[in-house]
Amino acid sequence: MAAISYQDVIARHAEVEGALLPVLQALQAEFGWISDEAAALAAEALNLSRAEVHGALTFYHDLRRAPAGRRVLKLCRAEACQARGGRTAQAALEAALGVDMGETTPDGAVTLEPAYCLGLCASGPAALLDERPVARLTGGRLATLIETVRG
Amino acid sequence: MTRVFVPRDSAAVAVGADEVATAIAETAARAGREVRIVRNGSRGLVSLEPLVEVETPNGRIGYGPVAPGDVAGLAASGFLDGADHPLRIGPPGSLPFFRKQTRLTFARCGITDPLSLDDYRAHGGLHGLAAARALAPEAIVEAIRASGLRGRGGAGFPAGIKWDTVRTTPAARKFVVCNADEGDSGTFADRMILEGDPFLLIEGLLIAARAVGAAKAYVYIRSEYPLAVAAFSESVAIAAAAGVLDGVEIETRVGAGAYVCGEETALLESLEGRRGQVRAKPPLPAHAGLFGAPTLIHNVLTLAAAPFILAQGPQAYAALGFDRSRGTMPIQLAGDVRNGGLFEAPFGITLGELVNDIGGGTESGGPVRAVQVGGPLGAYFPPALFDTPFDYEAFAARGGLIGHGGVVVFAEGVDMAEQARFALEFCAVESCGKCTPCRIGARRGVETMDRIRAGVRPAANLETLRDLCETMRDGSLCALGGLTPLPVMSALTHFPEDFRAPGAAEA
Repeated sequence: MAAISYQDVIARHAEVEGALLPVLQALQAEFGWISDEAAALAAEALNLSRAEVHGALTFYHDLRRAPAGRRVLKLCRAEACQARGGRTAQAALEAALGVDMGETTPDGAVTLEPAYCLGLCASGPAALLDERPVARLTGGRLATLIETVRG
Repeated sequence: MTRVFVPRDSAAVAVGADEVATAIAETAARAGREVRIVRNGSRGLVSLEPLVEVETPNGRIGYGPVAPGDVAGLAASGFLDGADHPLRIGPPGSLPFFRKQTRLTFARCGITDPLSLDDYRAHGGLHGLAAARALAPEAIVEAIRASGLRGRGGAGFPAGIKWDTVRTTPAARKFVVCNADEGDSGTFADRMILEGDPFLLIEGLLIAARAVGAAKAYVYIRSEYPLAVAAFSESVAIAAAAGVLDGVEIETRVGAGAYVCGEETALLESLEGRRGQVRAKPPLPAHAGLFGAPTLIHNVLTLAAAPFILAQGPQAYAALGFDRSRGTMPIQLAGDVRNGGLFEAPFGITLGELVNDIGGGTESGGPVRAVQVGGPLGAYFPPALFDTPFDYEAFAARGGLIGHGGVVVFAEGVDMAEQARFALEFCAVESCGKCTPCRIGARRGVETMDRIRAGVRPAANLETLRDLCETMRDGSLCALGGLTPLPVMSALTHFPEDFRAPGAAEA
C-alpha cells in the first residue's frame, strides 16, 4: 500500500469553508511538520497564494516548518504557573535536557517548548507531554517527568 | 454493581486520574466486585483531584486526592462501600467550598457523566431549549436582555443587545461562534464545561442559533486543551446522533497556539483561514462577522448561561448579582492558593473573601503579596484592595478588570518588576503585529524594564515606561496592546519598591 500523500491529506479537509488552518493542522498531524512542498500544494488546492499560506504558517506558534523531537514537552510559562514555581521547573528542565525553550535535544529525543496557559492553573507547574496534561511539576513529579522525556 | 466516579477533567488526568481509574477497575475485578467507572467532570476543587466518588445507599462518598498507589489500600478499607479511610472526605457537596457556591452554570459539572445525554436530561438538561422552542426569536432575545446577562469573555457587553443586533440584521445566512480560546492564565472554566458538561454549551448554542436565525455554529477551541477538544467533539456527535441539534450544524475548530485569537475579530480571521490578525471595528461582527455574515460571537460561559435563563426565567437569573453585574460568575481561584478551583457565586463577593475565606490563603503558607485578576491583561492588586467587590464596574473603578474571572494569587517573595516585564514579554510574543503601539511598544517595554531592573537611569526609564504604556493604552487596536499596560502600571503603582535596583542611584 502506498504511503499517504500530501494531496490525500489536503483533499480530506479542503472542502470546508476557511479550510487553510484545518488543512495545515491535518498535514502536521500526519507528517509531524509542514514542508515547503506541502505548503505549496495546500496553496494550489485552496486557490490561495503561497504568500497567504506562508503568512498563516509563520503566524501560528503550533505550526512547524521543521520536524520536532520524538516527544514534545510544552511547559506553561504563564502567570498562574509562575506563582507556583514555574520558573524553577523551567530552569530545571532546561538544565537537565541541555536545551533552551524552543529547542530540541541533539539526540532528537525531545523538543521543549513554551505554552501560555494550559488551564491547569491551580495545580501548576503544568505541561503537555505529547498532548497529555501533567501537573504539580515540583520535586519528585518533576524528576519523574525529566526521566520520562529523556527516554 | 457499584458506580465509581473518576474525573476525566484535565486537572484530574494531569495528576493521574486515568491510572487511578485503571487501578480501581483491576482491583475490583480481582476481588470479583462489579463496578462501573464513570468518567465525570471535575467538581472543581483542584487540590482534591483525582477525587474518586463511590455511589452508596447513603449517597456519593468522596476520597481524594487519590494516587494510583492508594487504590489497593482504599480497597482493603472497603471504600467501595463508603468505608472510612484517611482520604475519605465524605459527601463532596457538603464541603464548605461547595456549600458556599451558587451553581447555575456549573450545576451538573462533576456530578453527571458528561457524555451521557440521558444523564444530562435527568439533571434538568434541555429544558432551556424546550422553553426556547416555544418562544418566538424576539421573545428569546427579550429573556436574555431581561436577565441582565453580560458577555463573560471579559468585556461585559450586554448580551441581549448583541443577540438583538444579529437577529434584526437581514442576511441570507448568519452564524453563531463560540469563543473557546480561553487563553488567560488563571482561567479554566471554559475547559471545565467543555470536558465536564459539554451538552450545556450545545444547548446554549442551539438557543442562540434559534434566537438569531443561524443554521451553523462554530466552536473554536484552543489547541492547548486537547482533552476538551476530544470531549466536546464527541458530545456533538452524540447530540447529532440523538437528533437534538434541530438542523443546526455545529463544527469544532481547533486553534493553533495564538493567544490573540481569543480576541473576537482575530478569531474570525483565523476561522476564515488567515493569520489571526485583529480587524478594525466597525463593522461589528454582529453586522458583518464570519465570512461577512452577521455573527453572534460569545464566550463559552455566556452561551452556557442561556439554558438556565430560558428554563428558569430571566428574573431567577437577574435576582442574583451586584449593581449592573447580574447573575453568577464562575470565578477561578488559581496560582499559589490553598483551595484552588472553580467557585461560582453571584457577583459582589469581595476579592478578600475569595482569596482568604474561600481560597484559604496561599498554598505555600506565606502571606499573600499580590493578586492578578482577569488574566495576563488584568491588574495586580495588593491586599489593601481586598475590599473590592467582584463586579465589572467596581474593578474598573480601581484600575483593574475582572476579565474572564481568573484570580491568580502570588505569595510574598514575588518580584513585581519581573511580573511587569513578563506582561510586556507576553504581549511581544503574542502581538498579532497589525498595530504599531502593540507590536513595537511591547518590545521597547521589555528593553526598558530590563534597564530599570539593572538600575540604568531608573528615573528616566520609568518615565519612558509610563509614556510607552500610555501610547499602548490609547493607540492599540485591541485589548492585547491596550490592556498590557494594566499589569505593568498596577505593579508599578502598588509595588514601587520592586522597581528600584538594589544600590542603584537615582539619575
